[in-house]
Amino acid sequence: MKIHEYQAKEILRRFGIPVQPGKVAATPEEAETIAREFNAPVVIKAQVYVGGRGKAGGIQFGDTPEQARDAANRVLGMDIKGLTVNKVLVTPKLQIKEEYYVGVIMDRASQAPVIMVSAAGGIDIEEVAATAPEKIIKRPMDMRWGLLPEQARQMLADAGMPSVVVAKGGAILTALAKAFLAADASLAEINPLALMEDGSVMAADAKILIDDNALTRQPEFASWSEPEEANPLEFEAKAEGLTYVKLDGNVGIIGNGAGLVMTTLDMVARSGGKPANFLDIGGGAKAEVMKKALLFVARDPQVKGILVNIFGGITRGEEVAKGIIMAQGELPPGMPIVARLSGTGEVEGRALLANAGLMWGTDMRDASQKIVAAISNL
Amino acid sequence: MSILYNSSTKVLVTGMTGREGLFHTKNMLAANTNVVAGVTPGKGGQIIEGVPVFDTVREAVAKTGANAAVIFVPPLGAADSIMECADAGVPLVVCITEGIPVNDMARAAAFLKEHPTTLIGPNCPGLATPGQGKMGIMPYHIFKEGDIGFISRSGTLTYEVVALLTAAGLGQSTCVGIGGDPIIGTTFKPCLELFEKDPHTAAVVMCGEIGGSDEEDAAAYIPTMTKPVIAFVSGRTAPPGKRMGHAGAIISGNTGTAAGKVAALQAAGVPVAETIFEIPDMVKKALNR
Repeated sequence: MKIHEYQAKEILRRFGIPVQPGKVAATPEEAETIAREFNAPVVIKAQVYVGGRGKAGGIQFGDTPEQARDAANRVLGMDIKGLTVNKVLVTPKLQIKEEYYVGVIMDRASQAPVIMVSAAGGIDIEEVAATAPEKIIKRPMDMRWGLLPEQARQMLADAGMPSVVVAKGGAILTALAKAFLAADASLAEINPLALMEDGSVMAADAKILIDDNALTRQPEFASWSEPEEANPLEFEAKAEGLTYVKLDGNVGIIGNGAGLVMTTLDMVARSGGKPANFLDIGGGAKAEVMKKALLFVARDPQVKGILVNIFGGITRGEEVAKGIIMAQGELPPGMPIVARLSGTGEVEGRALLANAGLMWGTDMRDASQKIVAAISNL
Repeated sequence: MSILYNSSTKVLVTGMTGREGLFHTKNMLAANTNVVAGVTPGKGGQIIEGVPVFDTVREAVAKTGANAAVIFVPPLGAADSIMECADAGVPLVVCITEGIPVNDMARAAAFLKEHPTTLIGPNCPGLATPGQGKMGIMPYHIFKEGDIGFISRSGTLTYEVVALLTAAGLGQSTCVGIGGDPIIGTTFKPCLELFEKDPHTAAVVMCGEIGGSDEEDAAAYIPTMTKPVIAFVSGRTAPPGKRMGHAGAIISGNTGTAAGKVAALQAAGVPVAETIFEIPDMVKKALNR
């Protein structure tokens, strides 16, 4: 789950990492009031779930409260990579001398979180990783002890940072690793880690991703979830127990099991169609769930027809067929549906579909070709 | 004629008294799996489906001689259950549970490095050795005894491909679902090594998907094998940055794409099927059948 910069900084603050004070504004007037409280030049930073805010104009400056209001007026409502800016973080402008990078990311190859440090901070770390990997110092975290302070300092020294950053940044990096584990993060980065003109070191920007699987034991972070900031359909599906991913085509796709659904998408593409979505109904779905899934997929205005591909084990073919029949009356009239049922209850399911005048495919390929043909004949 | 599991394996089930655990324990018993014990803290002393239940894995192992475990414990307790099995010296652990926090799995993975336990999964359908039983949730009726080894990151896709193999008269030695999570106990390569050593396996089918680099690691090993490997990779149409159901099925940056995996496998001389329907013929061709 993505969270905003101001929320990530709140987590860092709780672990003793220095961050500059800041407040969130939803209107230009609020931004002006906050700037007046700080009584200093401020930065207005768009709070959206995408990177590259600076380049998109989502970070602006105001030397006076009036300028802060005008800057917030420009940033609020701005569209950044398809997301509308509804909130800005107002924070005093920093006197930064040098910028560095520190981060912790879950790494599947090492089966552990990996600590990453680079003296080339303030920019896209993925770009540094691609073009100059030698500038990044990496070390997998030992899950028995976490990151030790001496290990953190050594990494910063190895990255060529000045002694003041080795000392103060070491404590920050150790705390960041602790925060990563305690918050059930899958990514936690400070970019830039800033050395200030006055010799202090602080987190000038922060990004944290929370592991979706851990939200049940992180109720506070779960409450930070903002469905309107992400894809609303994907969020709603999750609440209904369905796994939905929006794609760009016009063939709606429903199946059971992630690998099977992914393979169905590939098969539809090979048959000349364009998948509109990925939807996994999971195992053991009843007719009611099937119906819900169909109505859900049909809400995407791009969808012209729907393919249902079920390999029955715990999921029963007749339940799936019943669900399709139940949904029929509520789907847009004339929208073609092709179902392919295999395994448990396939015979009963196909009979139900045939009685209702619905199309079915003998296998995934046949069903894919049928739905693509049906859509092109519309 | 199998890897990891055969009819003499004595299986214990953790989380056996839960809804999923009980349902699949019945199915495992119906497949003639030798389920000797269940473990649920607080339910020790009960007998369910003729299987004695214990409070701890250590006690279950001591009293029944169990040498393999299947885990059905809910997500927040599953990593602990894996470690309990390893602590009790269980050599093979199959974790079915989906949705385990990844930091828990990182801790369990570190723990397993200090224990001689093989973990399959988590977030997997388990494994089956046709004719000898199964550990996990695979529908047993789709299998047929034979000499094709099978490895997959996915559940229902496994059933699809196995059904195609069976229909084509290609029976299986052992089928292993290695799991769809970013951190799993056993990847393709160690499974391939086991199949290479198994005298009753003639060829191996591996079904990969987007995300990570396990297929690439397998590709680097396959040229040293004597047995043919046929591969399939799903997620060719998946967009970058979107998690396709499985927590591990995500293209991040330039890594984990289907195209990259197909290229690595082909470079290693592995025939890669464009669709699953070609797999049986490709296996037959590789074995001159």
